[in-house]
Amino acid sequence: MIGKSEKRIRLIAHIVLIIMSLLALLPFLLLIAASMTDEKVALVEGFRFIPGAFSLEAYQYIMKQSTMIFRAYGITIFTTLVGTGIGLTITSLLGYGLTKDIPGKRFFNFFVVFTMLFNGGLVPTYLIYTKYLHVTNTIWALIVPSLLLNAFQVMLVRNYFATSIPESLLESAKLDGAGEMAIFQKIVLPLSKPILATVGLMMALAYWNNWTNGLYYLDDPKLYSIQNVLNAINNNIAALTSMAGTGLYVNKSEIPTLTARMAIAVLGILPMLCIYPFFQRYFVKGITLGAVKG
Amino acid sequence: MKRKKKTNWKGAIPIYCMMLPGILYLLINNYAPMFGLVIAFKRIDWNKGILGSDWAGFNNFRYLFTSSEAWTMTRNTVLYNLAFIIIGTVAAVAVAILLNEITSRFSSRLYQTLILLPYMISWVIVSYLVFAFLSADTGMVNQGILSPLGKEPIVWYQEKKYWPFILVFVHLWKSVGFSMVIYLSSIVGISRDYYEAARIDGARKWKQIRYITLPLLKPTVITLLIMNIGSIFYSDFGLFYQVPRNAGALFDVTQTIDTYVYNALMQQGNISLSAAAGFYQSIVGFVLVVAANAVVRRYSRESALF
Repeated sequence: MIGKSEKRIRLIAHIVLIIMSLLALLPFLLLIAASMTDEKVALVEGFRFIPGAFSLEAYQYIMKQSTMIFRAYGITIFTTLVGTGIGLTITSLLGYGLTKDIPGKRFFNFFVVFTMLFNGGLVPTYLIYTKYLHVTNTIWALIVPSLLLNAFQVMLVRNYFATSIPESLLESAKLDGAGEMAIFQKIVLPLSKPILATVGLMMALAYWNNWTNGLYYLDDPKLYSIQNVLNAINNNIAALTSMAGTGLYVNKSEIPTLTARMAIAVLGILPMLCIYPFFQRYFVKGITLGAVKG
Repeated sequence: MKRKKKTNWKGAIPIYCMMLPGILYLLINNYAPMFGLVIAFKRIDWNKGILGSDWAGFNNFRYLFTSSEAWTMTRNTVLYNLAFIIIGTVAAVAVAILLNEITSRFSSRLYQTLILLPYMISWVIVSYLVFAFLSADTGMVNQGILSPLGKEPIVWYQEKKYWPFILVFVHLWKSVGFSMVIYLSSIVGISRDYYEAARIDGARKWKQIRYITLPLLKPTVITLLIMNIGSIFYSDFGLFYQVPRNAGALFDVTQTIDTYVYNALMQQGNISLSAAAGFYQSIVGFVLVVAANAVVRRYSRESALF
């Protein structure tokens, strides 16, 4: 009897979860289908899960006009790598310092945590970065503002250092005459790979997906990341043709703008879709750690 | 005693150096803008700089709060957040409980991977996905569903009445996986012994969920609820800017404080109004976050931010 009730609830669970999974997945399938629809057919019958006429013209168009997209890809990859590299370094250095018994320990902890409670918001941040630091239309606009380090991740790293690295190990290294930086590099970092991987992936995801920095601080399309290109096309479809130039298409009206924008969106998520299943458990860990430790 | 303190300072210097880049970044990126909030009380004149500009007293705020937009954006921000909190919590807890019932590791991981997928993509991509469904001429809903049913197509991006539902749905779609992961980890942490004992007593699955899982999940749910209520004055700029494509016809139901600040600053170039709205959000938001934290601290000390 009990077995029966368990079976029934498992069946319900499967049904509900299959529906949820499909709901999560279907928009992506529609996007991919839309990008592979023949432009003229799409104009008549709209986007469908199974296109009325299949065509890769949109992708061919992007490949021929590749400079814009490849450039944006390159910028996204560059900012993601550099931003995550610098961010992870200064985050772990600060997190390590906060575990130490130094004068002002309480002050520094408060200094970091307070930024989670209160912030100046967009207007002063924008003015400081544009009027005083002049990041407008530089590559730093995509790397520095708001993404490089956040208190939340500093605390995650700090908590890991404080609980998972044996104090005795650090003490004995100190007795052997190792300096703080050497201890940090040779002992602390190698022992902290799990948290560094988790935080690093969260940072990389934030960089890859960021579109607001480009929106606030860039008007030069040459510096656009893939997200900024997508955003520009979203606001104004003409951006697609103007950024690409006419090139091989003598007649601008022949450019498959409708399906090409969908194809660019597909290219924007493709790397993420490929990597995500393999790193899923790190992301899950990042989410749960954050919820528990705040 | 005195000697100990002296060595402490010396030993601390390398540590300070290690912390310096992070501290400097927080000073520039976080603390400088906090002081920059004073511009809400200034009449900005760039020849004089932020600090040198003339004081405007409460004039900027008077402008802001005499406009009808102040009320609209506050209402939208708070009401959407309330809907997200209530519906989001119920949905995430339900999905987490169901996912916990799946014994096959493969299916369980597959479901989790798929449901979490929308969390991984940017709001720009989300706006493309929504556009594929809702575009007036080529959208899947108009062309694939309404037209075969013989219904008139709907110009979605101009019809206000649908947007509260669309925005709540899209928010849920993107975030339910995230909250589900949190609740699931909390459920997995519940000792098997409780369920074992209940089974021996003959309690069915529904009863086990009702009398074991839900009560033991309560602290996590309440903590997250309070935290969410603490940030009720902040909205997700991406959701409200990208998904409705910043369409002016929809502002009445899509404008939140964050989109208002952006539009006033970037589209209209009105620093006074956007600074006043931003100040309003920062201060009320701060009070709410601190209050929520104080409540959480009472309730469960280790979950509080400070």
